[in-house]
Amino acid sequence: MIPQSFQYESPGTMADAIALLEKHGDEAKILSGGHSLIPMMKLRFATPEYLIDINGIPGLSYIREEKGTVKIGALSREAEIEHSDLLKKHFPIFADVTKLIADPQVRNRGTIGGNLAHGDAANDHPAVMMALQATVIATGSGGSRSIPIDEFFFGFYTTALKQNEILTEIQIPVPPAGTGSAYHKLERKVGDYATAGVAVQLTVDGKGVCKAIGIGLTNVNPIPLRAVRSEQALLGKVINSENIALAAQFASEDCNPSADLRGSEEYKRAMVAVLVKRMVLKAAERAMGK
Amino acid sequence: MIQCKTSKEISGMGHSMKRKEDVRFLHGKGHYIDDLKLPGMLYMDIARSPYAYAKIKNIDISEAMKVPGVVAVVTGKDLEKYNLHWMPTLMSDTQMVLPTDTVMYQAQEVAAVIATSRYAARDGREAVKVEYEVMKPVIDPFKAMHADAPVLRTDKPGKKDNHIWHWEVGDKAKTEKVFKDAEVVVKQDMYIPRIHVSSIETCGCVADYDKVNNHLTMYMTTQAPHAIRTVIALVAGHVGLSEEKIRVVSPDIGGGFGGKVPVYPGYVIAIAVSFLTGKPVKWIEDRSENLQADSFARDYHITAELAGTRAGKIQATRFKVLADHGYTDASANPSKFHTGLFSIATGSYDYDTAYMEADAVYTNKPPGGVAYRCSFRVTEAVHAIERITDRFAFEIGMDPARLRMKNFIKKEDFPWKSPTGWIYDSGDYHAGLKKAMEAIGYDALRKEQIEKRKKGELMGIGISTFTEIVGAGPSKDFDILGIKMFDSAEIRVHPTGKAIARFGTKSQGQGHETTYAQIIAEELGIPAANIQIEEGDTDTAPYGLGTYASRSTPTAGAAAAVAARKLRDKARKIAAYLLEVSEDDLVWETGKFYVKGAPEKSKTIQEIVFAAYTNHPQGMQAGFEATHYYDPPNLTFPSGAYICVVDIDKETGAIHVRRFVAIDDCGHIINPMIVQGQVHGGLTQGIAPAMYEELIYDEDGNILNGTLMDYLVPTAVESPKWETGHVVTPSPHHPIGAKGVGESPTVGSPPAIVNAIVDALSPYGIKHMDIPVTPFKVWKALKEKGVV
Repeated sequence: MIPQSFQYESPGTMADAIALLEKHGDEAKILSGGHSLIPMMKLRFATPEYLIDINGIPGLSYIREEKGTVKIGALSREAEIEHSDLLKKHFPIFADVTKLIADPQVRNRGTIGGNLAHGDAANDHPAVMMALQATVIATGSGGSRSIPIDEFFFGFYTTALKQNEILTEIQIPVPPAGTGSAYHKLERKVGDYATAGVAVQLTVDGKGVCKAIGIGLTNVNPIPLRAVRSEQALLGKVINSENIALAAQFASEDCNPSADLRGSEEYKRAMVAVLVKRMVLKAAERAMGK
Repeated sequence: MIQCKTSKEISGMGHSMKRKEDVRFLHGKGHYIDDLKLPGMLYMDIARSPYAYAKIKNIDISEAMKVPGVVAVVTGKDLEKYNLHWMPTLMSDTQMVLPTDTVMYQAQEVAAVIATSRYAARDGREAVKVEYEVMKPVIDPFKAMHADAPVLRTDKPGKKDNHIWHWEVGDKAKTEKVFKDAEVVVKQDMYIPRIHVSSIETCGCVADYDKVNNHLTMYMTTQAPHAIRTVIALVAGHVGLSEEKIRVVSPDIGGGFGGKVPVYPGYVIAIAVSFLTGKPVKWIEDRSENLQADSFARDYHITAELAGTRAGKIQATRFKVLADHGYTDASANPSKFHTGLFSIATGSYDYDTAYMEADAVYTNKPPGGVAYRCSFRVTEAVHAIERITDRFAFEIGMDPARLRMKNFIKKEDFPWKSPTGWIYDSGDYHAGLKKAMEAIGYDALRKEQIEKRKKGELMGIGISTFTEIVGAGPSKDFDILGIKMFDSAEIRVHPTGKAIARFGTKSQGQGHETTYAQIIAEELGIPAANIQIEEGDTDTAPYGLGTYASRSTPTAGAAAAVAARKLRDKARKIAAYLLEVSEDDLVWETGKFYVKGAPEKSKTIQEIVFAAYTNHPQGMQAGFEATHYYDPPNLTFPSGAYICVVDIDKETGAIHVRRFVAIDDCGHIINPMIVQGQVHGGLTQGIAPAMYEELIYDEDGNILNGTLMDYLVPTAVESPKWETGHVVTPSPHHPIGAKGVGESPTVGSPPAIVNAIVDALSPYGIKHMDIPVTPFKVWKALKEKGVV
């Protein structure tokens, strides 16, 4: 439970942080909330030689709405996400997901940027961001660039971020009226990674027809997975039990969970189906203001 | 409501006095082992085996010695020079301190790295290179018993199998006859999984050997400091350590639950290194080491059988056990029986025939076990009887509450001799279950269940009505290395009427500093707030066997009452002298003696104590002190009636514990708030094995959940709202009628939970679930029955 020795850096500006990243290359890791990285270092699974703490850089923690987009600073703590009135107004899914992220102590420290940049399919925000069709802003020495969430996750603990880039902001389009969202994960106990988790955001018209939908899956695939076939099973269709069952079936077929102490592959596929069904219904209820 | 004989100011028995020790804990002023820093102290870390069974071909320490700060690396070969590479276990087996040639389980100690900082020690551990020749381990205890299984303990000359011992009790022939003639026989295999206490503080020590004075001070996380001092003297006597030169100090302890009874190799290595270097050596386990290498609990494979009539009369029980002890029998079992008190498995029911047998076996797993909040194997026993009783009720179609009511030992039949020879001291099982059923609304719940079942919803109600057996123990049945299991209290009252009392036990969170003070306050009328309690330093406290097995109140608590009564006898003599009356003319009322018929003529305990130092009768010794060593005449038999209600999500298998009512009978209650805290904690440690915890090994002996990420210790979030209550039948043989309570909820609650789960699933023909019952297991069982 004691990490290998490392050099700790605490830059005061983004430019300094990026310069340090460029200087130390692969030997450096960014420290934000630290709730994934530090345990890995203590177990010596991660052994960075330089730890670049970005908590001292001002202006990275905010939640605001600009021109139809909600912008979340990467250093926003889970607790801030949990209690944000702006997010509550547009995205009930954040109240669902943050309550399921570990415990209050972790949420007071853990950040949304770290949760995404860690690139772990077991984390909860990747699926949520897929459902919400978010965009990630990466900042490097040449400025910032936008990365659609669908192009962000590459592999096991790998993302589209370059070695000298820092995830600085998440942008989420404000959905039209008639939109609802929901998230749930099955976990063995509080703080556990999901046995399976499902995030859904959908928009319905007055006739109950699905006009837009995003479905993301947690911890049932080597990389965070968007359930595209499930979305198509509902898009442009009436949200009824038949279509929901088809969406649930597709998601359980398209994911690729591995057996572990949480359960067999078969169990996890079955749970994906159950959760897709439940979350689509819940999101639809919210969309219709029930 | 509990009647208090004393005022709140005195706070004797029955008062929910706030815990005296909490002031320092809440101010962050607790003093735990890792808070201790001595000048020149060295730090130790331990390199451990990645394999469950392997020959050690070579240990290369050269790279480790190059790590800045590392001063030594100790291996089994080094300890062998001093004959310290093996140590005896409490069960007369042998355990490696450090191996010289073979490792027997994954995470076994292989080499100790000593350094000038904790960080350097950890880096040094990483640099120790060990060359292993991996062998195929024996993991399954049933396979270990096969005639062709490889013999693991080749260190034992002539050992030809992996069998450790056989034990049996009861009347085999008579039991067989009852079973042969019985109308109904039920039989169930069940596994009580290997679990771990996972106390919030891990184990550790600072060994401080003073070469000049040939004196060892051993600060360590032990539940039994005095016994440890004697063990060190016996084991290390040959290197010149003599018992008067050994001081063992237990500082504040962050939870023990039995896991801090054993002597772990790390302690012995730290002593050896301090002895050789003349410097203090600190060893603190990390969380994973604690989980992976320290003594486990349980791990009993049980076949339970019950014979009875179709009308619901229990006639006999039979239990067969296979106990997996890992590579050595390092049980922390102070009884004279291999299976501890498993023979309490006849339960709370009135029948006269039972037979039990057990065999123990070696496997390539960590050694143990410990009595995790259980005075040894009582949890296993209670699980077996309460599960098989429910199976029987299901088989004959009788409500499990009614079946229990029909078979309980009646309160007028106490003391009652059990089929395996225990004398149950007291109890009122009918009253307990009745109270629990009323509290939970049993009949209404059964009606609700019928309605739910019509709709296909899964709801279950489970009962456990257990009898515990604690307070080890009477000298005829218990000893540690021959030392009888008494415990002690020494009370010293100062001239101003304030007291200090010292005990041979050691609190790990139980609240002794408050409870013992309240017992003395009750007996002497000195405010509990003015009674300082000390434990854990063998130089000052009277000899005792420590705290585990819910024994502190039954033994040291009794010693406190008896010692206080000795002081009251002295007080009577002094009062008679001061009031110039005969002793027989005095009446004791809490805190004072007064003259019969003249209550205005009185002397308070404070006045009497002052006189003991200033104006005592001629010929009487000055001072006001008493000591008592209490050897209990019998064990105490707390009991409980627990009822649990669960709702199960059919699609996911998720189990929601909706209600849990626990009615305990722990005899007279000293501090209701502390008892309630004990019950809450114990119940949470009961849902742990019922729904979450199990140490899991693959066939190569790799632990699959060796960190708290996968070894699921329940938190407040997983804990249902506990509803508690009491029935009080005082122990007739205990000076204050108390029975002990620490273990009851941990022992009694798992079967209530699993009985509720099985009850919920029973419409689909599911008759049993092994614990921990997880959502995945429920889903799988329902799938096998074609329900999902």
